[in-house]
Amino acid sequence: MKFAIQINEGPFTHQAADTAYQFTKAAIENGHDIFRVFFYHDGVNNGTMYGVPPVDDRNVQALWSDLAEKHDLDLVVCVAAAQRRGIMDEDEAKRHGKGAANIAPKFRISGLGQLIEAGIQADRLMVFGD
Amino acid sequence: MSTTKKFTYINRKAPYGSVYALESLEVVLIGAAFEQEVQLVFVDDGVYQLTKGQETDGIGMKNFSKTYAALGDYDVNQIYVCEQSLADRGLTLDDLQALTYEDEDDDWAEKSSMNLVNREQLSDLISDADVLLNF
Repeated sequence: MKFAIQINEGPFTHQAADTAYQFTKAAIENGHDIFRVFFYHDGVNNGTMYGVPPVDDRNVQALWSDLAEKHDLDLVVCVAAAQRRGIMDEDEAKRHGKGAANIAPKFRISGLGQLIEAGIQADRLMVFGD
Repeated sequence: MSTTKKFTYINRKAPYGSVYALESLEVVLIGAAFEQEVQLVFVDDGVYQLTKGQETDGIGMKNFSKTYAALGDYDVNQIYVCEQSLADRGLTLDDLQALTYEDEDDDWAEKSSMNLVNREQLSDLISDADVLLNF
């Protein structure tokens, strides 16, 4: 089955991003396809590479980046939600006069159309977080 | 992209106090460009999103309530409001904006987009959806 994943919560406060990660990983391991992972609302905060959790805690962003690296996942951060919360790639940082980009490896910034397309193309859209 | 799916948006929260109502509207408007079948459901505090006469100056938030009136122009004309949720809040359809659309199959006659639904009809709407987006 072809899944699309939508994540609406940031890392650490709620478990939604962790659950989404576990689901995505399990789906891949069971032979399913992941069309796209779309980060929306506070979910865009999963895409900053500046998070430094304690070493005995999981690093949600790094888990996503690693999984994406391994399975060539398309991790998309909603541009409007990201701009509000200060998640930027090189282009965005330059355009808005910010010091440096902070988007994590394998994440990319794009628009809400990517969510709609994921809904159309996937067999199931799974939504995690409120 | 030739596939047409039924996108059903469930709006459950008040228009202010959280970002969800505004974000839902954003997705609906952008999604309209993909020419899918779209249904909007307003339930629980979500019914407040459509109330007339919203005034937000006092809370420093953008008043986006007028945008709903434009939905008809985006071919978003299936609006479903939970009658129980309205009744629980002492509201009737008269307290909500009368959203309309122009029916291209009927000489562009102006028609109402608003539908009152009970719990049973609501669950049918949810069952029939291909893509369910909760806000």
